Amino acid sequence: MPLKTEPITINVGPQHPSTHGVFRMRVTFDGEEVIDVEPIFGYLHRGSEKLAESRTYTQIVTLTDRMDYVASMTNNMSFILSVEKLAGIVPPPRGVWLRMIAAELQRIASHLVATGFFLQDLGALGTPLILMMRERETILELFERLCGARITNSYMRPGGVFMDAPDDFWPALNRFLSDMPHRIDEYEDLISGNEIVAARCDGVAVVDSQTLIDASVTGPMLRASGIDWDLRHRQPYEYYNRVKFNRPLATTSDNYARYIVRIHEMRESLGIIKQCLEQIEPGPVRPETVPALIRPPAGDSYVGTECPKGELGFYLVSDGGVAPYRCKVRAPSLINLTLLREMLIGDKLADLFVTFGSIDINMGEVDR
Amino acid sequence: MPDPFDSILYKYVYCTLSSTDDVACVGSGLFGGGLLPGGLEWLAYVLTAVTIVAVLINAILGGVLMMIWGERRLLGRFQGRTGPNRWGPFGLLTPVADAVKTMFKEDVMPTVSDRLVFTAAPILMLFPALLIYAVLPFGAGTWLADINVALLFIIAIGGANVLAIVAAALGSGNRYAMFSAMRAVAMLISYEIPLVISLIGVLMLSGSLSLVAIVNAQTLPFFIVQPLGFFVFLVASMAELNRTPFDVAEAESEIVAGYMTDYSSMKFGLFFLSEFAATIATSGVITAVFLGGWHGFDPIPSQIWFIGKMVAVLAVIVWIRASWPRLRIDQIMNFAWKALFELTLINLVVSGILLLIWPSPSTPELWYMAGVNWVVFLASIYIFGKVLGPKHDPVAAGNIQSGITLSDSDAPAIPAGGGD
Amino acid sequence: MIYGLGLAKGMGVTLKTLLGPSFTVQYPDRRVGIMGAAKAAGISTPGLIFKRPVKALRAVLGFERIAVMPTQAARFRGNEFTWYEDRCTGCASCAKYCPLGIIKIVTAPGGINMQEGESYAIETFDIDTGRCMFCALCVEACPYDALHMGSEFERGNYVRMDLVLTKEDLIAAPKRPSTWFRPQMEESAYSPFAETLEDMKQAGRHETPSVEQLTKRWVEDRRTDESVED
Ligand code: SF4
Ligand code: SF4
Repeated sequence: MPLKTEPITINVGPQHPSTHGVFRMRVTFDGEEVIDVEPIFGYLHRGSEKLAESRTYTQIVTLTDRMDYVASMTNNMSFILSVEKLAGIVPPPRGVWLRMIAAELQRIASHLVATGFFLQDLGALGTPLILMMRERETILELFERLCGARITNSYMRPGGVFMDAPDDFWPALNRFLSDMPHRIDEYEDLISGNEIVAARCDGVAVVDSQTLIDASVTGPMLRASGIDWDLRHRQPYEYYNRVKFNRPLATTSDNYARYIVRIHEMRESLGIIKQCLEQIEPGPVRPETVPALIRPPAGDSYVGTECPKGELGFYLVSDGGVAPYRCKVRAPSLINLTLLREMLIGDKLADLFVTFGSIDINMGEVDR
Repeated sequence: MPDPFDSILYKYVYCTLSSTDDVACVGSGLFGGGLLPGGLEWLAYVLTAVTIVAVLINAILGGVLMMIWGERRLLGRFQGRTGPNRWGPFGLLTPVADAVKTMFKEDVMPTVSDRLVFTAAPILMLFPALLIYAVLPFGAGTWLADINVALLFIIAIGGANVLAIVAAALGSGNRYAMFSAMRAVAMLISYEIPLVISLIGVLMLSGSLSLVAIVNAQTLPFFIVQPLGFFVFLVASMAELNRTPFDVAEAESEIVAGYMTDYSSMKFGLFFLSEFAATIATSGVITAVFLGGWHGFDPIPSQIWFIGKMVAVLAVIVWIRASWPRLRIDQIMNFAWKALFELTLINLVVSGILLLIWPSPSTPELWYMAGVNWVVFLASIYIFGKVLGPKHDPVAAGNIQSGITLSDSDAPAIPAGGGD
Repeated sequence: MIYGLGLAKGMGVTLKTLLGPSFTVQYPDRRVGIMGAAKAAGISTPGLIFKRPVKALRAVLGFERIAVMPTQAARFRGNEFTWYEDRCTGCASCAKYCPLGIIKIVTAPGGINMQEGESYAIETFDIDTGRCMFCALCVEACPYDALHMGSEFERGNYVRMDLVLTKEDLIAAPKRPSTWFRPQMEESAYSPFAETLEDMKQAGRHETPSVEQLTKRWVEDRRTDESVED
């Protein structure tokens, strides 16, 4: 007589140690194997897009800080670029270089958080995470020197950045740049060669590149499947066409590939910052002509930027007033999540969270 | 039957209390011995047992508190942190504060729980952990009982905690706990087999199941003579203890806290206590069986040697915990059945052949055995790694040339000004 | 490739961290050993042992502690505000610019501003720091450099109402303005953690307008260009 078995449904989240915020999944298991996943989100919805309609363009910068709160600099930048396109503001070169430096630092910080928590989901008891937080701390200290805040930066303004970097920022940045490659080597020693990590991540949650493109997934997740799609390279914004950088690509499109792509992107970001430092010149950081209340002409604009998590773009519609008529955010976290179900089905319970961590989402951005 | 007077603990307390005319008691015991009048030897016997057990259990509790402190401090240092250092000197009182906090927490019992099973589980969990200490020799002559089936006793008792885990899961009626229990049952039963077989090599060498006899037989610590057995035993006992990388039963990033999810207050405290007590006990077993027990050189007393070796084993366990991620349940089962089981069989065969050559080995002969065993150990680890290890070489994948392609850094084609 | 080498390498990394210094910052005080205690007391270690054996014993036992203040950048947007009443005209630009609308200003005519001449008298100036997100847009908006971010961060409280900074609180608070959006302070190498700027003149002005400039800005420009609103 066959044993009677039945699937078991578990509610994972919104309070669960490894759902990276308040994400909820209703997962059905057959034994240890996942047979169905129903992602449920919205627990962190704050209505940022609607709030933006009643705020001036400068005030919205503070809202973008809180979308992806581990990468606020890149969020600021994406929004500012869209506003500048809408209002036809041309930022002075020094402002642009500063924005690029800040954004690349932020990319490293965000990737550190992503990899750290990915390892945490793998069950490493905090060591990789804490070591990565150590370097993130250095970056946050740099941000504190730069703009007085560590996470909710609000550093950028339409037309540039709010203020030039203080004198003590540059030596600190140089120290960081010379230190960081060794740190990355240390992570690679700790993680990349680890047989347990390899056993856990190789060939898990593989998605082919066509599916990823169809779901309009972007960022490291797409590049881990071998698609060379990096907006900094394809549609250069800021001065990304004046710096040279490699785009790390992996082909296996599994959890390990997503991890290793991030590690290599950190090295490339360091290279970009170095080139920015070579090319930056003294000058104003913000044009004198930008008024405090920007009234862009009626119209719309969209600029997609390569954020740590993928393509982030702000679609702004202006009716000529001080606030946008509509502000729509293309949030990479949300869109990258759309394949979650396909990635998880057939995997084990333990891989559920690892895969979830490898997508690298941020609930603040998913729910906005 | 071993003489109870071999244990200096027993001898000292018993001779203090009873006015027996046993020759073993002459000249030992406090106040010249004989506190109780003659004819009350049975009472002295009972009181001796009670005293020693009370002392030992309190020592275990103290040891657990020390280990909680030590593990947290060490883990902190491994991660570049300081670790707890606020309460008392060097934070030594932190676990005491923890214990007090745990005791005064609200004892929540889920409405769907089976009250009896739910309550019984933590107690069930604690007993096996404490019982192991009954047969551990903490030093020359310092043991509670030297029974001739000590090793068998430990294995039998050690397997009992799986019952407690299932009871906890069933009692709390929580699905995370259920997952944890299923994993724990599968894992513990699988690892019991290599655990037992890995000890057979030691048994063949020492010719006895008694821990005292095994320690006495170790003129050369058995981890040198039996590297394969030591490796398998260490790995399997880490699995039995639910320590990283085998902590699937309480994988906090997956199933919250596993079977302990619904427990709070002192019930949770008991689980915690028994887990640490079992870890210390197992390190004691490893010390006694493989690391030469209380043997060491002279000015340092044997008890210190034993505890020092135990602390070293615990430190290695913590070190592993700080460094490695967790394995998946199917990989753990594969590892048990496809690697460890075969490794123990190899060990068994090789040890058997070696013992046929040198039936009662002297110390130089033990060294020859060790040489052969180490060759076998390294070769089999290499071969098993090749066969069972991850097919894709992770280190090569981290290498830019093979796993990662860096696309050429051509300047992008589309000219665009900054941000307009 | 020998199986297990990666695992050993990982353990090597943790061992290296174990032997290295800890990078966490202990706050608000830090435990020191005997050498640290001697250094903090400014004497050599043997000197400490002989001169102050009790302190040395405490240090050996791990009881000795010294206060630590985490390092902060000069631009740190602190948890309180620095506000110079004499400089504030009551124009309420800050209140208008705040995205959350948490600055409440009530004014009456007939005040005097030290730099701009006639202005409003401030009756109420409340900032609800319980809801503030320290974006410093209000500081950016203040045309008279009257409002600055502060440098504190230890303002935890049990009652929400206590987080509201009133005019009296603002006047009484020690003035440690952050250099955020105040380049003149950065140029004078002022550090909010070393000194306070009780007098508004020490805090300087972004620009020091002359009488002609002021007349032009506040009288003539207003007549000709109505579109300047803010
Ligand atoms: S810091 Fe920002 S939120 Fe706070 S009062 Fe000023 S403008 Fe408002
Ligand atoms: S903007 Fe400045 S001057 Fe105007 S009310 Fe606010 S603090 Fe006073």
